[in-house]
Amino acid sequence: MPVIDLATTPLRELNQALHDAAAPGHNDTEFEVLNPKGAHAVAVGVAAPVSIEVKGSVGYYCGGMNEQASITVHGSAGPGVAENMMSGTVVIKGDASQYAGATGRGGLLVIEGNAASRCGISMKGINIVVRGNIGHMSAFMAQSGNLVVLGDAGDALGDSLYEARLFVRGAVKSLGADCIAKEMRPEHLELLEGLLAEAGITDVKPQEFTRYGSARTLYNFNIDNADAY
Amino acid sequence: MCGIVGLFLKDRGLEPQLGALLSGMLVTMTDRGPDSAGIAIYGTPEAGRAKITVQSAEPGAVFPGLQAELAEASGGSATVAVKSTHAVISLDADKVAPVRAALAAMPGLKVMGAGEAVEIFKEVGLPKDVIARFEIAKMTGSHGIGHTRMATESAVTTMGAHPFSTGADQCLVHNGSLSNHNGLRRVLRQKGMTFETENDTEVAAAYLTAEMAGGKNLGQALEGALDDLDGFFTFVVGTKSGFGVVRDPIACKPAVMAETDQYVAFGSEYRALANLPGIETARVWEPEPATVYFWEH
Amino acid sequence: MSQNNHPTTPRKSSTFDDYTLSEIRRAAATGIYDIRGGGTKRKVPHFDDLLFLGASMSRYPLEGYREKCSTEVVLGTRFAKKPITLKIPITIAGMSFGSLSGPAKEALGRGATLAGTSTTTGDGGMTEEERGHSETLVYQYLPSRYGMNPRDLRRADAIEIVIGQGAKPGGGGMLLGQKISDRVAEMRTLPKGIDQRSACRHPDWTGPDDLEIKILELREITGWEKPIYIKIGGARPYYDTALAVKAGADVVVLDGMQGGTAATQEVFIEHVGMPTLACIRPAVQALQDLGMHRKVQLIVSGGIRNGADVAKALALGADAVSIGTAALVALGDNDPKWEAEYQALGTTAGSYDDWHEGRDPAGITTQDPELMKRVDPALAGRRLANYLKVMTLEAQTIARACGKSHVHNLEPEDLVALTIEASAMAGVPLAGTSWIPGKTGF
Repeated sequence: MPVIDLATTPLRELNQALHDAAAPGHNDTEFEVLNPKGAHAVAVGVAAPVSIEVKGSVGYYCGGMNEQASITVHGSAGPGVAENMMSGTVVIKGDASQYAGATGRGGLLVIEGNAASRCGISMKGINIVVRGNIGHMSAFMAQSGNLVVLGDAGDALGDSLYEARLFVRGAVKSLGADCIAKEMRPEHLELLEGLLAEAGITDVKPQEFTRYGSARTLYNFNIDNADAY
Repeated sequence: MCGIVGLFLKDRGLEPQLGALLSGMLVTMTDRGPDSAGIAIYGTPEAGRAKITVQSAEPGAVFPGLQAELAEASGGSATVAVKSTHAVISLDADKVAPVRAALAAMPGLKVMGAGEAVEIFKEVGLPKDVIARFEIAKMTGSHGIGHTRMATESAVTTMGAHPFSTGADQCLVHNGSLSNHNGLRRVLRQKGMTFETENDTEVAAAYLTAEMAGGKNLGQALEGALDDLDGFFTFVVGTKSGFGVVRDPIACKPAVMAETDQYVAFGSEYRALANLPGIETARVWEPEPATVYFWEH
Repeated sequence: MSQNNHPTTPRKSSTFDDYTLSEIRRAAATGIYDIRGGGTKRKVPHFDDLLFLGASMSRYPLEGYREKCSTEVVLGTRFAKKPITLKIPITIAGMSFGSLSGPAKEALGRGATLAGTSTTTGDGGMTEEERGHSETLVYQYLPSRYGMNPRDLRRADAIEIVIGQGAKPGGGGMLLGQKISDRVAEMRTLPKGIDQRSACRHPDWTGPDDLEIKILELREITGWEKPIYIKIGGARPYYDTALAVKAGADVVVLDGMQGGTAATQEVFIEHVGMPTLACIRPAVQALQDLGMHRKVQLIVSGGIRNGADVAKALALGADAVSIGTAALVALGDNDPKWEAEYQALGTTAGSYDDWHEGRDPAGITTQDPELMKRVDPALAGRRLANYLKVMTLEAQTIARACGKSHVHNLEPEDLVALTIEASAMAGVPLAGTSWIPGKTGF
C-alpha cells in the first residue's frame, strides 16, 4: 500500500499518483496520506475505485470532483470538501467547513461531526449525511439529491430550493425562501433508511426526521412572489 | 483579501513562544496575502509605562536622534528600540500625549500604534521576510494578531498593511472587502477622524475608534459594525487584555478557531493552526455569522 | 385670436421619449422588469472614435500580401504545460448550449476550427456537437456549474473561470422556462420548463484569496496542463485584472458593457459596467505594473465587429479579442430574410433581442426543434469562418499600413482619437494634438 507523506512529498506527486491509479496496469488500490496539515486540493480528481485514508485535517476542496474513490479523512475538512463529486464516497471523521458537497452530482458524503454554512449548496444529485449540525444557507439552490442532518440546521435552510430533498432530525433555525416542511411518505422513509444504512448510522430511525422541500412557487416568475427575490 | 491569524494564550508558560508560534501561523497564510504583512504583539504592561511604535521609510536618518528629540516632551523618560523600519518608544504613561504631539510634528515618521502593551510591525513584502526583519519569532507576549494582505483596491504600502490601530492598545485586521467604506469615511472625516490610506479596513478601524470614543465598549462597537459596515468581512481585533472575532452576516470569508486549555487561536484556514501544540485534541470550530466573540485575560 | 390658428408642433420629451414611455407602460402592465439578450444598445464611446496613423515618411509600410504580417497568438504561457496556439487573434466567446441551439453551437465550433481559433462553452455544460467540432475548446467554469464534470474538464483545451461578464458585472444568469427543454433540463439537473436562475457568485469560493486555492484545485485535477482563464466584466478593470493575476490566472478575459448576454434585466445591461474602450488601458496598466503584460495574456471582448476593432484593441494592449454577438450575426442571427417573422414577434430584423423566449426565427437562440433546423451547421460554420478571415485580413491590412510584421506590434502610439471622450478613455491623443484628457495638461 503506497503511503504518501505530505510533509516530504509535494501535493502534485500525491494527486498524480492517485490519477495514475486509474490507468491500465496500475494495481494499487489502497493509499494512505500522512501529515496533510490543512493542505488544499488533497486527493482531487481521482477517477478510480481506490481507497484513500487521509490521516489528519485537510484544507479546501479535499476529494473535489471525486469519481469512484472512497476517501476517508481522519480529521476535519476545510471549505468545499467533495465539491462537484460525481460518485464514490467521502467520509469526514471530524467537522467540515462551509460549502461541503457543493454542486455534487453523485456519490455519498458523510460528515461525522458538524458542517458549517452552505452545506450542499447547488447540489445536483449527491447524497450528504451529516451526523452533527449544519450552518446557515445550507442547500441554497439545491437542485437534486438528498441532504440528511441528524442534528440541527441553521438559518435559511433550502433557500431557492429546486428538487433536492432535505431531512433534518433536529431543529431548523429558519427556512429559506420557497422551502417548506413536507409530509414524510413511505417512499421517503425507505429512502432515508437506505441513506442512513449507507452512511453506517444505526442509532437513529427515519421516523425521527422531518422532510423539507421546494414549495415550487418560484419556479416561474409571479409578481406576487417578488418579495422572495 | 487576506489571511488572518490570532493567538490568545491562556497558559502563561507559552508566553515566551508567542512570537514564534504567531510567526509560523502567519507564514502559512502567505498564499492568501503575498503583498504585505503585519503583526501586533501584546507584551506584559509595565506599571506606569507606555509604548509607541513608529515607522519610518528612512530609519537610518530618522531614528538615531529620536530619543534625544523626544527628551523634552517625554520628561526624559523615553527610550527608543529600533527594529528595522520601526522603532518602539518606551516612555512614562503620562507623557504619551505630549510625545505623540511631538512625533506628529516630525516629518518622515508614522505612528503605527500605541498603548501599554501593544507593539505593531508591518511592512510590504512576503510574510517570512517581514517576520525576519522585525525578529517577531523572538518576541514574548500574552496574545497577538497577524495579517497577510492581497491588496484589492488600495495601494500596496506600509501604511496600507494591517493591523490598523484603533486606539490605545487596540488594533484590527480584516479579510474581505467593504462596499460602503467611501461613504463611511466621509462621515467619519466630518467627525474629525483622519485617514492615512484609501484602505477599507482603515475605515473599519476608525469606525470602531469613533464608536468607542463615544462611550461604547469594544463589544458594543463591533455589534454596531454589523449594522453600519456593508460588504464582506471577517475581523479580528486585539485589545490590551483580549481579542475578539466577528464575521459579517453572510460569512463567506473563511474563519477557523481552535481552543485548548493553553490558548484560543484564529486562522483564515486550518493550515494556520496545524502546527500549534495540542491541535490534534483542540476544540476546532467556525465562528457563526454576525456574532461577536471575545476572549479576555 | 384662437390658439388653433397657430398650432405648435407637438414636442416630445427627451427625458420621457417613446421607448421610456413604452417601458413604463410595460412595467405597469406586467409587474416584472424587462428581460432581454444582447449588450448595451445605447451609444457609448467606442473603437469607431479611434483612427490609426498609417505609415508615410517617418514610418515605412509593409507590402500587402507579400511581406508577412503574423497574426498567431499563444495563450497560457505562464503556468500551463499545454498553452494554446491560435492562428488568429480572434476567439469565440462563451455562449451556452441552452441559450443557443445544438446546431448553432456546432456551427460555432466548425467556424472557429476552420479559421484556426477557439470556441467556448457556456452556462450549460459541454455538448458533443461542440467538443467534436471544435479543435480548440475553452470550458467555462461558472457559478451554476451546470453539467460540470471532470471528464469534460480533462477534454477541454483551457478552463475559463467566469467571475463576471460585461453585460452584467455582479449579476447572475437567467434562462426562462420556455427554453428548458428535456435536453437542457437534463444537462442542468433541473425540472423541465421552470425558470432557471443562476447564482451571481461561485458556490464554493469568494474573493481572490479563495480563488487562488480554487485554481490550484483545477490545476491539480487536470495535471497542470490547461491554461486557466479568468473572465471579468468591465467594471474595475485595473483592480480586477491585478487580482486575477495575483490569483494565478494564465489569461485574463475582459468583457466590456457592449458584450452580450443570453438574458438579463435591461436595467442591468444598460446601467452597469463600462464601455469596452474604457476598460482596456486600465487592465493593460495593471499587467504592466505587475510586469505581466504579454506574460499573462489579455483577451478583450464587447462590441468587436470588424478588423479595425480587432487592430485597435490589440494596439491598446490586448493579446486577442473575442466575439459573441458578431459571431451570431455571421451565423444568421437577425437576418432580414426572416423579417416577416420578426414583425410577427413585434420587432424587426436587427432589433430582435428576446433571445430568452426561445422563438428566434433564425433558429439560433432557441430550443424549438423546428426552428433550430433552420441552422445548417456546416453552412453557418463556413459563414463564421469567412467572417473571421475577413476580420483578420482587415486587421493585417491596418497593421501592415502601420509598418508592423505582427499585429501584436501595434501600439497605442499608432492611434489618435476623434473625440475627447475616446481620447480620455483610450489614453491616446485627440487627433492633431498632443492632448490626452486626464493625462496631460492643457
